[in-house]
Amino acid sequence: MNDVTAPDATAPDANASMGATTDTTPDGLLPEGWELVVGLEVHVELQTTSKMWCGCSTDFGGDPNTNVCEVCTGQPGALPVVNAQAVKDAMLLGLALNGGIAPRCRFHRKNYFYPDLAKNYQISQYDVPLVHDGYLDVDVTLDDGTVETRRVGIERLHMEEDTGKSMHVGDTGRLHGADRSLIDYNRCGIPLLEVVSHPDIRDPETAQGYLRELQSVVIATGVSDARMEEGSMRCDANVSVRRYGEELGTRTEVKNLNSVRSLGRAVRYEAQRQVALLQDGGSIRMETRHWDESKGLTETLRVKESVTDYRYFPDPDLVEILSPVALVEAVRERLPELPAVTRARLVAAGVPRDQTAAIVTGGSLAWFDEAVAAGGSPTSVANWLAGDVVGQLAAANLSLADSGLTGAHLAELVALIDDGTLSTKMARQVLDGVIASGGTKAPAVVADEQGLKQVSDEGELREIVAGVVAANEATVVDIRGGNAKAIGALVGQVMKATKGQADPRKTNQLLQELIHG
Amino acid sequence: MAATQRPDLTQASAADLAGSMAAGEVSAREVVDAHLERIAVVDGVDAQGPVWSAKTAGRLDADEPHAFLAVTAEAARDHADDIDRRRAAGEHLGPLAGVPLALKDVLTMRGAPTTCGSRMLEGWIPPYDATVTRKLREADLVVLGKTNMDEFAMGSSTENSAFGDTRNPWDLDRVPGGSSGGSAAAVAGMLAPLAIGTDTGGSIRQPAALTGLVGAKPTYGTVSRYGLVAFASSLDQAGPFARTVGDAVALQTAIQAHDPRDSTSVPDVVPDLGLHLQDGVAGLKIGVVRELQGEGFEPGVEAVFQASLERLTALGAEIVEVSLPTAPVGLAAYYLIAPSEASSNLARFDGVRYGLRVDAPTAEEMNAATRAAGFGAEVKRRIMIGTHALSSGYYDAYYLQASKIRTLIANDFRAAFDQVDVLVSPTSPTVAFNLGAKADDPLAMYLNDVATVPASLAGIPALSLPAGLAEAPGAPGSALPVGLQIMAPLLRDDLMYRVAWAFEQATGFDPRPSGPRAIHLDGEVSP
Repeated sequence: MNDVTAPDATAPDANASMGATTDTTPDGLLPEGWELVVGLEVHVELQTTSKMWCGCSTDFGGDPNTNVCEVCTGQPGALPVVNAQAVKDAMLLGLALNGGIAPRCRFHRKNYFYPDLAKNYQISQYDVPLVHDGYLDVDVTLDDGTVETRRVGIERLHMEEDTGKSMHVGDTGRLHGADRSLIDYNRCGIPLLEVVSHPDIRDPETAQGYLRELQSVVIATGVSDARMEEGSMRCDANVSVRRYGEELGTRTEVKNLNSVRSLGRAVRYEAQRQVALLQDGGSIRMETRHWDESKGLTETLRVKESVTDYRYFPDPDLVEILSPVALVEAVRERLPELPAVTRARLVAAGVPRDQTAAIVTGGSLAWFDEAVAAGGSPTSVANWLAGDVVGQLAAANLSLADSGLTGAHLAELVALIDDGTLSTKMARQVLDGVIASGGTKAPAVVADEQGLKQVSDEGELREIVAGVVAANEATVVDIRGGNAKAIGALVGQVMKATKGQADPRKTNQLLQELIHG
Repeated sequence: MAATQRPDLTQASAADLAGSMAAGEVSAREVVDAHLERIAVVDGVDAQGPVWSAKTAGRLDADEPHAFLAVTAEAARDHADDIDRRRAAGEHLGPLAGVPLALKDVLTMRGAPTTCGSRMLEGWIPPYDATVTRKLREADLVVLGKTNMDEFAMGSSTENSAFGDTRNPWDLDRVPGGSSGGSAAAVAGMLAPLAIGTDTGGSIRQPAALTGLVGAKPTYGTVSRYGLVAFASSLDQAGPFARTVGDAVALQTAIQAHDPRDSTSVPDVVPDLGLHLQDGVAGLKIGVVRELQGEGFEPGVEAVFQASLERLTALGAEIVEVSLPTAPVGLAAYYLIAPSEASSNLARFDGVRYGLRVDAPTAEEMNAATRAAGFGAEVKRRIMIGTHALSSGYYDAYYLQASKIRTLIANDFRAAFDQVDVLVSPTSPTVAFNLGAKADDPLAMYLNDVATVPASLAGIPALSLPAGLAEAPGAPGSALPVGLQIMAPLLRDDLMYRVAWAFEQATGFDPRPSGPRAIHLDGEVSP
């Protein structure tokens, strides 16, 4: 549950010293006989045009309090109306996660006071969520390199609304002890989905795999860009440990997990902390803990001495959501190819498995498919998409969609490399040029304009190589005498003479011919 | 300053005013000015500037009804001038064009203060119009101002306003009922021919009964709640106050419509309220609710009610006794459901975004200090009751149980309407009581709603109209209005008004307050 009760900065910390452990679980995480249990709660912000209850824009990054109205700032008398698109998007993700859709469900009010929650209650779902009983299959690569598929159950997926953002001015940077606080309600009322997994996860790798796979599915359905760094996808981990065969242990909720990597580190840390504490005769407190990425540890945020009473009750301002079969089936029609299927397809096409994730999660699948359809070799296209394209767009601070780069450009670029027209280095320069033109210039045009073309004409190159060999007799003797490495200097000279446009493979081959006869 | 009032205009019905304006006998500006004049003279406002504000509580006079909290004088005059211009230009105007009215201070109006009778919202100017306000403007009704009310509509006497009590125009030492007491006093005191109130458990019908007016709670969902500051969302409904059934019909017609901004707004088309209005009651079966009479009802009220039944029989209706077995626990269910919703609805008043803020070192302390200072005793009581009723461990016993009772009551009504066309009861168990008489006894105050709450829980339409006068206990010779409540099936507001119209014709009630402590009605007045 999205619990944002004011942080209690004064609570004592309960980090236990971590004694050396000798006997450990097979993966070395926990001592022999101990088991980790993890369940994840993931919030996904939907990228609908308008907010959950009003017509305000959901655009990210606007000036504070510009995308607001009487509804999302909780003005007296204003009423919510359900965003039908958000319901359909939630349904789509639910179906993609193999969930069942409730034929009828409703919204409840979750009552708690917090300044960035405009109404001091959050409209959420309680007894009947829109989606129930889904699952996600997660591929985990084992130490021996084999891939194992593990199924993580999804208890529910429910709709709710996001809160505003508080900025605390003062020494602490937190509400507690702040001189004053400013609130931006732009985010308040943005549709939010909460995806709650069963506590089916037994190791940090599966937790990370689940989060990564969920992110891929969200991106594939297009309901959100699922960017953890921008907060459009957020993850909390419920972590507990137990001895094998025992009842579930007391769990802690770990927050502030801003990346897949943080999740893995935090779960590892928290599991070891709990086991160490229990082995020392201590006990685990039901509490919310904050993951500190720089210190690499979790700290007490607040202790849940009793379960917070949110006084849920059905929101009388809203009516039931009915999901007749016809609607569910219409939404099901929109289901895209799911990531697992896509990955299998890419692998079958020759793309290395470790590059598939970059394409599927990186949001470049459409470009891949277009490039391959335009005749590009799948392996080369994937290699470019997973590597240089990502790097150069990041350097230019552009998204693939905004870059103007098309699949056809990629196909052409790859073809220019394959036929020897461009070296890999030149192709990078060409890619740069295409991106700089906003996609208006095709790779061939850029190469032409910049005079980028490998000297691979054998006659021309042979002449230049012969000249270099003739001018460097001493080096040639040296090479013939057994110093094979010295050939590098000659390659360099050929490159210099051709202004870097010589095909290095061919140059090398010609030098060998001329030196060794 | 001596001022000349225009009783010919201020005592006229909305229909007559509209007719005179349409015929060119009087301008909208003259009609508005006449009402502003009367408000300035009798209501206890500081009649200065573009928006006149109510006098502070300490300066209020026992001879002033104190119906208004703010009078939007300049905007009203401008609107009237605009209507006159458009009428002169031959534009088509609505049937009530130019008729002034008063708006309960729980509905937002852009540019005018909305306080809900609470310190919490003192000085708040809403940034948007309620749908009701917009519909009124579209119908060219001229809003005179915002009327006093029990704080956040919680109360049955208008003594819970943070800005002083409203007094009953029939006897200025008595309450006008509540929570829409300001709207009732405005219409009964001839300060406006019409007013909008809101009814959650009887807050239109009970004050209408106590001030000799027609007041109706339409079917839940037929009038938009957008811009109605919520007390109990599943019960709140805006509706008309008028001095005649015909005027109430016209005003309800102007404000009812489906509103896409209110999810609980019914999509159904409501039958034309005027079409069969004058068809009479001959042949109709009218049910008398066994459980809504007897113990707790004043003898004077019972006598007027019995006379009303005889009048209906004489008009050709068949009177049948019916039972609403669950009705007696309706009040208990209501006083759990309404506070539960209120405890959540009123959480937004926290000092962060609008209204009162009492500064304190932390956000939590600021919230607490603001709410402690901003809410009155009754509001705090209901927030605490509601918070408790929704709490883990108590939810099933209180909120859930009350919700089940609500369903049973709706079923009771359905069964009753299988036997009869409409149901009747006294609206209020008492006539208007003295100011302060029940102010310290919340349970006695809650009993005012015993007859009105069942219809609220069922969402059905119900109105109160004057049935006669009765002597108040302990006040020999007094004669105070008694209301008859008429309840009809869901979306059958038309049937409810049809019975009311026939009853009104046969009763001949004079809505002009009379009695030794009644508000003065006409002629020269010196301040």
